[in-house]
This record gives sequence, C-alpha cells and structure tokens, in this order.
Amino acid sequence: MNRTSLRRIGESPSLLTFFALLLGFLIGAVVIIATTAPVLNAWRQLFSSPTAVLHALNVTFDNVGAAYRALFVGSIGNPSSFAHSLATGQSWTATLTPLSETLTYATPLVIASMGVALAFQTGIFNIGANGQAILGGIGGAWIGSMMHAPMIIHLPLTLLAGVAGGVLGGLIPGILKSFAGAHEVIVTLMLNYVIAFFLVYVVQSTPLQQPGQANDISRTLDHSALLLPLFGAGSGLRVSYGVFVAAGVVAFGWWFLNRSTLGFAFRVTGANPNAARAAGFNPKRIIILVFMISGGLAGLAGVVQLASTNYFIDGGFLIGSAGIGFTAITVSLLGRNKPAGIVWGSLLFAALGVGGRTMQARTGIPLDLALIIQSIVVLFVASPVLVKEIFRLRAKAQTVQLATKGWSQ
Amino acid sequence: MRVELRGITKRFGSFTANDAISLTVEPGQIHCLLGENGAGKSTLMNVVFGLLHADEGEILINGESVAFSNSGDAVRKGIGMVHQHFMLVPVFTVAENVVLGFEPTKSLGRLDAKAAADQIRTLSARFGLDVDPDAVVENLPVGLQQRVEIIKALSHDAELLILDEPTAVLTPQEIDALMDIMRSLAAAGKSILFITHKLKEVRAVADVITVIRQGRVVDTVSPSLSEGELATAMVGRSVSLTVEKEDVVVGAAVLELRNVTVRDDRGVAVVTNVSLDVREGQIMAIAGVQGNGQTELVEAIAGLRHVESGTITLGGRDITNASPRQILDAGLGHVPEDRQRDGLVLSLSVADNLVLNAAAKAPFAKGWNRRLAAVRDNATALVERFDVRTTGIDAEVGSLSGGNQQKVIVARELSRDITCFIAAQPTRGLDVGSIEYVHSQIVAERNSGRGVVIVSSELDEVLALGDQVAVMFAGTIVDVVSPDVGREAIGLLMAGGGQ
Repeated sequence: MNRTSLRRIGESPSLLTFFALLLGFLIGAVVIIATTAPVLNAWRQLFSSPTAVLHALNVTFDNVGAAYRALFVGSIGNPSSFAHSLATGQSWTATLTPLSETLTYATPLVIASMGVALAFQTGIFNIGANGQAILGGIGGAWIGSMMHAPMIIHLPLTLLAGVAGGVLGGLIPGILKSFAGAHEVIVTLMLNYVIAFFLVYVVQSTPLQQPGQANDISRTLDHSALLLPLFGAGSGLRVSYGVFVAAGVVAFGWWFLNRSTLGFAFRVTGANPNAARAAGFNPKRIIILVFMISGGLAGLAGVVQLASTNYFIDGGFLIGSAGIGFTAITVSLLGRNKPAGIVWGSLLFAALGVGGRTMQARTGIPLDLALIIQSIVVLFVASPVLVKEIFRLRAKAQTVQLATKGWSQ
Repeated sequence: MRVELRGITKRFGSFTANDAISLTVEPGQIHCLLGENGAGKSTLMNVVFGLLHADEGEILINGESVAFSNSGDAVRKGIGMVHQHFMLVPVFTVAENVVLGFEPTKSLGRLDAKAAADQIRTLSARFGLDVDPDAVVENLPVGLQQRVEIIKALSHDAELLILDEPTAVLTPQEIDALMDIMRSLAAAGKSILFITHKLKEVRAVADVITVIRQGRVVDTVSPSLSEGELATAMVGRSVSLTVEKEDVVVGAAVLELRNVTVRDDRGVAVVTNVSLDVREGQIMAIAGVQGNGQTELVEAIAGLRHVESGTITLGGRDITNASPRQILDAGLGHVPEDRQRDGLVLSLSVADNLVLNAAAKAPFAKGWNRRLAAVRDNATALVERFDVRTTGIDAEVGSLSGGNQQKVIVARELSRDITCFIAAQPTRGLDVGSIEYVHSQIVAERNSGRGVVIVSSELDEVLALGDQVAVMFAGTIVDVVSPDVGREAIGLLMAGGGQ
C-alpha cells in the first residue's frame, strides 16, 4: 500500500475500524503464543538445534492458524461444507448452523445497540440498557405466557409488552435526570442491580413463576407468542423471524436520526444543549423522550431474546456474560452510533462469541480470547490517534468523534 | 528585534492561505496586519510562531534565517504570542500561570511563590502592566487576563509580541488601556505585530499597516489614511462606514417591558425595574459597558432567563416567562450574544443551522419527517443572499470563520417571520465588509416596520444604528436619548453619570 492510500485511512472511519480489527487479531495472536504450551515450548528450545527457529515458527503458525480457522468456521462456516452442500444439495443444516447462530446472537444485540446509540447521539449515557432489556423480558414473559390469543394478536402484544417494560425502565432515570438533575450514569448503572433482583422476585414470587416449581423460573411462552425459526422448527437452524424485527429497528434508527424532526432535536440537544434551548427545544422533554425510546428499544431487545431463543426467563436472564445490554454499549461505540456501524459491530461481536466456542472446543484455546480480541478492537476504535501512530499514518488531525461525553458533562 | 518575512506561502490542499507574503517589523515598531475575516492573518501568525510550517519562504530574525519546528523554538528566539482565546489555567494565580513550565524552585523542587510573584512585579512595573500576582485568574476580568498573557510572553524575554485580534473581547475602556500598554512596550524597544480588522484601533496605534486580502499583501499604508481609505484597501471596494437610514413612520409598540427585574445565576438582581417600549419601524439601541445587565435582559426577553417580576409583551401577547419556543413563535428573532454557545451547533452543517429553530415546521418538515430538499433550498438561497463564505451548505458551521458564523445566525433569524428582532453584539468579530451588510439588513428590518433592539458595547454601532439609545447602568435604564446628543453625553451616561 503506498503512502497516499495509507494517509487516506486517517480520514476514513471504516478503514480505521478495519485496521483496529487487524490489530485486534494480531495482538490476539501474541496472546495465543504466550499462553499455549506447545508454542511456548517450541520457542524455549530456540537454541537446541539449527532448525529450531523454523520449527518454532511452524508450531506458532499451526496453532494461531488453527485457532483463527476455528473462529471463522464456527461463526461463518466451512468453505468446503458450502461447496459440498452446493454440489450435493445435502447437509445444509450443518453448513449453515454457524451463520444461523451468529445471526441469532446478533439479532437482539443490534436492537439494544440502536437504543444505546440513540441516547449517545443525544449526549446521554444509557448504561441501564441491560436492566431495561430485562424489564422487556419480564413484560414479554408476562403477556406471552399468561395471556392466550392467536399469534396475529399475541405476538405483537408480547413484543409491545417488552417495549413497554423497557420504556418504564427508561422513564425512571429520565424523570430523575430531567426534574431532579440526577446523573443518568449513576442512576442507570444502579438500576441494573435493582432490576436484576426484581427479576428474581418476579420469577419466584409472582404468578409468572412456573407452576409446580420452587426455582426462579417463569412459565414458558405460548407458541403463539414466539418468534419462530425462519426455516421452520424442523430445520435445526435457530435463526428466527427476530431478524426482521432487528432490520426494522435499524431502518427506524436510520430514519429517526437522519430524517425525523424529533431525531434532529435529539442531535441538536446532544451537540449543544444551550443552543437547543435557545432554538426552542425543551431539554427536559427531550431527555425523557430519549430515555423512553432508548429504553423501549432495549426492552424490545430483551423480549426478542426471550421470544426467539430462551422461550422463558429465569433468575439469570441476561445476567453476567449474557448481558446484551452491556455489550450493546461497546457495540454502539464500535459502530460510532450509526445504524450501519451497529449492524457490522453486532455481527462482529456475535461472530467472535459464537466462533470462540468452536475454537475452544477444537483447539483448547479458551473462549476468553474472543473477549480479548473484542476488547482490543474497541480500544483501538476509541483511540484513532494510536492506530494512526502504529501504522504511521500522517493524516491530518481529524479524528473520529465518539458522541459521548465524560462523567461531568 | 528586526523580523523579516520573505515570500511566505502556506497552502492547505488546493487552498492557498498565504501567497508569497513579505513584510518587515522594525524594533520598537507597532506593525499592524489588517485584513478581513479569513484573509489569512491568523495563518501567517501561526507560521511566524512556529505552529504551522510554511511551504515556501523564509523568516529572518536580525538578518539571520531561522526555522521553527514548533512554538517552543519561536519562544526561544524571542517571539511571544497572545492568542485570541487565552491559554491560562483558570484556577491558578497570576504568578502561577506566568511561571508555568519555568517555575522558580526552592530546595526539593518546591515552588518558590515569592520569587514568582517578584518576577511579575518587576515586569509589571517596567511596562506599566498593573496586575496583582496573587489574584486567581478566573476571578479577573477579561482585560486583566489578557494582561497576564502579555506578561507571560514578556517573562520569556519576548522581543516580538504577536497580538491576535486582542481587542475582540475587550470593553472600550480595556481597549484604551491595551493601547497604552502597546505604546509603552514599543517605547521600551519591543516589536509588536498587531492583528485586527478594526480601523479605529489601527489608526490609533499602528506605525505601519500591512493590508492583506485573500492571502496576499495588497498594500503597505500609513495610519494617516482615513478610515474609509483603510476600509477600501482592506475589502477591495469602497465601503460605506456610515449607515444610510431613511425616515420611517414609527408605529405601535411591539415589545413592551414593564418593571422587569431579573436575577443572574448567583441570585443577584442584575436588571431592576426596567421599562422600555420598542415600536414598529424603530431601532432601539441599548448602550452600556458590558456587565450592566444587558446580557441578562436580552436572555429574559428571549425566554432563556427567569423574569423575577414585571411583564414583557411582544406584539400584544404576554410572553413573560413563556418558553423559548412560544416566544420564537410569537415572532421574536434573536441573535444571542455568545453565538457558539447559544446560537449554533458547531458540529452540524450550515444547512441544519440555518433551520435550527424552524426545523419542525413547514416547509422544513411534514409531520414527523424533515423535508431535506426544502432545508437545502433554504440554505442555498440564504448563503447566497447573506454572502456566507463556506465550502458548501453541508460544511460544518464550526469550520466557518467567526464572521461567517454570525452571518449564519443573522440569516436564520431574519429569514423567519418575525415582528421584533433583537440582536446582542450583532457585529462582534466581524470585518467592515460584513458589518456593512449586517447593518444594512438590520436597517431593512426596521424599514419594513419591525421593531429592532440592538445591544452593543461599541459606541459607534449604537450611534450609527439607533433611532433611540437606551443607556443601561448597574441594571437600570438611566435614560433613553436620541443619538444626536453625541458621544460624550452618552459616554457619560454609560459611566453612570446620569444618576
């Protein structure tokens, strides 16, 4: 690559992201080398024989290659299986399972990330998306399992109940910030814990609990409330009609930010609250609306996860490593709060998560490596100057603006 | 110190900001660089100060060619720069700010506060720069903060001082004080490069004037030229410095203030019992030294500040403590004093900023949808009509020069359907060409029968535009007079002489 095209990278966010990705995998390779015993041993014997270097390099490439191959095969698929299926028309399920899994994980993530991104664009940190998603799951579980109706009524109502749960979860920090000046980071962060405990209460001490069960587990959703597998229950592929919900959310997000009057008000308020006020926007009203919409989308993410994958909720719903509301914050940073960026970011995170499991199974390299790569990519995306320095990009000082502010805005 | 620039050329991509500029500053000389907004003055100064690298040309100090790779090199060669926006730490004292980076220390690296303060007293005494070394910078008025910047430059033994639009932020009294300081510095042998577009100041202090237009030196003139001649040299065409106003029949009152009292953020009543009528076809100029309540009064009218007591009526509608939206809808056009804080969203495009307070209304929106075609058409028309210099309507407003940013706000407010136009410091930071245009637009508003309120700390502007002059002092309107009473009478009222 010559110098001018390198220089252009500093000005193009997507190229910058590509380089961040490259660095993520390079550093991931270093981690593999440093933590995999056969590779380390090969390097330890560097001076034992004249060909030891070649041997060590060989072992390194074998291990790193195997790990990344497994990551790819596990998340996208095996090219030879594709060829086989195309040629024979057989074993499509096995061939498409990795892609189907990646899409399944990406679906709720896209929705939640869009919600977080809308808030970011307005200058608001919604760290509470996970709690709002849990409330969405509770709302959806309630309507989806306690009410009975034909699918054409039941499914929309279930999804709406999820949205309503999220809106409710967003209203609390929205009203507190708007009328009491409470900082949304503190409120939303803490509410996540409150909601996590509320979830345990709901699935253990209310009629939502599975009858005859003493555990913290809810009733199962009616079939009429489910987002069914796209290719039928017998297909063996989990990817569901939820992808259409996600696509709708992305379209909505794009329209909202770029074409709607309210989205314009959001962006103006986010970029300059003083000018927004002078231009006649009501910041209090806007803050509450932002939280309602952001929370509503998080709630939708929760209910989509429920209706497409889990089918019931328990005390661990979206808790810990399943916390899509937290991943969504990272994804919206990675996607620069833009709808297209969020789609790619979600797919990447889902692919690393899904492929990581295959990698662990096949090569013994722990799933945590996927997490390391995710984190490094985000780190580099958040520090474009660093990437430019590493690749010696002498671009102008223009950097990518993340639409976020510090704690003390 | 003798500083000579030879053929300095600086390009940004295909745009040539400085085109073979040559000039010489003699020791003890106040050399003025005069030019419009965006003429390339600041670029040139950044080259001299080592912040930018010239593509061609050289800089000679006392006949010796020098090359600066950063501003530290320039400082070591005896060049000091006072930026338009100060580079001070607000919570530090004057002494701490001045010695920052070059702290005198006692044993174990402790700051020798006394030595620092003494250093400043010495400098203060030598050049007549009176300032308390122990005062905390954030508590000082702007004029004194600027003085701290000058002391800071002098403490590094600057022989050439670059002052970048130093008067833009100062009150008339502070400007006079700065002029005195410049003269005493020149008398002590320091060279000064003074960047400005204000003709009065140029004539008052400059020894030599270099006029820059579109990146080129167009003329080197003497300060004995008249303001009109200087303006012509700067803009490249003859500029009218006086405002032509035809007689207009004054109609009914559109904006009525009755016993308005307003408190500032600390709860102090800064506007007390103000009553004022602004009529159709009338320009009411509010004169006063900055900080006498004008800012808060305008904010109260625009709905941005709570009215403690009294009433404000716009076109017969009571707008006391109404929301900014209601007041805008009632027909108020408002140009805020701090344009970057209240008037614009710097990260949004010119087109978006031109509809900032009308984006949700027809023709710029239909239902929930924005109509971007209408927004773009509006922007194209306004950019053309108000001569906004921009690379395009999609450019971020933050990339425009200050004067052009102001034009965007004025264009937006005047393009709305308004009954009363209120502008705080409408021409602050604008060059004469732009001022002429903004003034003519303000007068056109008046002629078409709208009520106009101008708040300005520039006495010339007040006298040129005002049909009536309301003088504010300590939160009250001390008198409403005709501009014909003259500068002295109004100046006296501004200083509180009317009470």
